[in-house]
Amino acid sequence: MGVDMDWFKKKKGISTSAEKKSLPDGLWIKCNKCGEIIYRSQLQARMNVCPKCDYHFRVSSKEYVQYLFDENSFQEFNAHIAPGDPLKFKDTKKYSDRLKAAQKKTGLLDAVITGEAAVTGYPVIGAVMDFNFIGGSMGSVVGEKIARAIDRAREQRKPLIIVSASGGARMMEAALSLMQLAKTSAKLSQLAEAKVPYISILLDPTTGGTTASFAMLGDIIIAEPGALVGFAGQRVIKQTIGQDLPEGFQTAEFVLEHGFIDLIVHRQEMRTTVGKILDLIWGQNNASEPTTETSAKS
Amino acid sequence: MLKKHFRIVFDFEKPVVELEKKIIEMEEYARETGINLNDDLKRLTRKAEALRKEIYSKLTPWQRVQLARHPDRPYTLDYVKRIFTDFVELHGDRYYADDPAIVAGMAKLNGQPVVIVGHQKGRDVKENLYRNFGMPHPEGYRKALRVMKLGAKFGMPIFSFLDTPGAYPGIGAEERGQAEAIARNLFEMSHLPVPIVITVIGEGASGGALGIGVGDVILMLENCWYSVISPEGCAAILWRDNSKAPLAAEAMKLTAKDLYEMGVIDRIIKEPAGGAHWDPDGAAEILKGELIKEMERLQKLDPRELVNLRVEKFSKMGYWIEKNGKSTSKKEKKKK
Ligand SMILES: [Zn+2]
Repeated sequence: MGVDMDWFKKKKGISTSAEKKSLPDGLWIKCNKCGEIIYRSQLQARMNVCPKCDYHFRVSSKEYVQYLFDENSFQEFNAHIAPGDPLKFKDTKKYSDRLKAAQKKTGLLDAVITGEAAVTGYPVIGAVMDFNFIGGSMGSVVGEKIARAIDRAREQRKPLIIVSASGGARMMEAALSLMQLAKTSAKLSQLAEAKVPYISILLDPTTGGTTASFAMLGDIIIAEPGALVGFAGQRVIKQTIGQDLPEGFQTAEFVLEHGFIDLIVHRQEMRTTVGKILDLIWGQNNASEPTTETSAKS
Repeated sequence: MLKKHFRIVFDFEKPVVELEKKIIEMEEYARETGINLNDDLKRLTRKAEALRKEIYSKLTPWQRVQLARHPDRPYTLDYVKRIFTDFVELHGDRYYADDPAIVAGMAKLNGQPVVIVGHQKGRDVKENLYRNFGMPHPEGYRKALRVMKLGAKFGMPIFSFLDTPGAYPGIGAEERGQAEAIARNLFEMSHLPVPIVITVIGEGASGGALGIGVGDVILMLENCWYSVISPEGCAAILWRDNSKAPLAAEAMKLTAKDLYEMGVIDRIIKEPAGGAHWDPDGAAEILKGELIKEMERLQKLDPRELVNLRVEKFSKMGYWIEKNGKSTSKKEKKKK
């Protein structure tokens, strides 16, 4: 798996503010998996994948947008939708304070960005989650933005790509978060009925309510190598069954082996692979004028 | 009538239970001795009723969580027995196994053939081991979906009863795709072309509950809870302390009243004074009336319209703020 030279070239002109948020400061970074000391710019040139062991570092949504979509193709929409604090939730901290801190840390309003984009020339609708924003948790804003992205994919007849990086539903919006599982899944049933493809990409980690809704409903489901993919938290499972979990439990490789995802794709190959799939699944349709039978607004 | 056994008594129930016990003693004494205590008994019974009403009208969220878990509370099969006729239970997901934590089958409601699915808890240790405490595995969700699709195929309305502490967190459950099973049900239930009536009858814990919880109307009995995680789970994660569950229950706004105000449920179903566990027959009677009413209302709708309304219903749920461009003015979008 070689370095993507195109990526290397275009990366020069891009601000690195996003990277700084997901990686510690300093010129050198130690690989979480093999311990290799890597020069930061070398790691970034390789889409934050360890050159020695292929460990995929967690990245921000803005970085992933650069990796997956064609250069400068991503045009964000619904950026104005912001979270509130419907329950006036407070644990050891106020939810409203947690939101402010997360917004400051990430420069995002909430844990997903959605936009129109292209993959190897195919126009698509994309949604990319950000684990740095309260663990990529799904509250009302994530649910609503994803629901609207699905609507747009259906109305414009463009393939939908959702990139998940999420611990699950957001506790601080309680039942309202839970209902986003139903909302997004219901919208996907309309998309499926309209025969518009949906590709679900799972990053590390994708668990809980996110897996139990849109992440597991792709026509095609792709995961990054080594990503944690599962429903229940490992600590909870351990407590419940009272024994240690098997090696590799709930990894992308584990869910592939058990038949729940289609393929595992290296980050540097993701755009090409998604392009190939779109070519097969959508190339024909895209050549002719889209039909209008399902454009009714809901 | 009064219950003759008091298996589990919560602290907040004690005053009324003490009074009930006294009444029973007096009744026995009157019977044995032939002394007429009718006036006293009547007075005490009225007092007990009033006390019960008072206690239960101002329960804390945490007390309601405890009530929702009361082992004498009617479970799915208790309601099925009382509300429906001609019940035929159907087993298995046709892929892997039969999951006793979810029951499914066909029956008649008011003479009309219908489909029933629901979580099922056990009442004692042996039953609970068999039912896995009402915590389903993927095969439970897949069985429910199979039977619901059967209903859709033959035009039978679907009734789903929610009462689970959560989907089972175990190795086998993960290996067999717990998340996929729940996600698939959400997807499929959102477009089955028959009426789906959901009733929360006990605990509504997270995706494990929602996995059979997408429908046209969501009813909730008074003393239930429904949320994204159990109060204990929430306390363990956010407070790092399980004993903060009562605080978490408060913060999560998980009672029927809260959920109604948030637009998550459509109606609160009254329980007999003191809760459904005091009077399962009475609770079933009330619920039966509501279920028939909903079935008749929903059956009038065209299947296409029914499905559109269902998707729309869930689309509206949530709370967010639409910021207009760079202006600081907030357009708040709040439902109900
Ligand atoms: Zn490495």
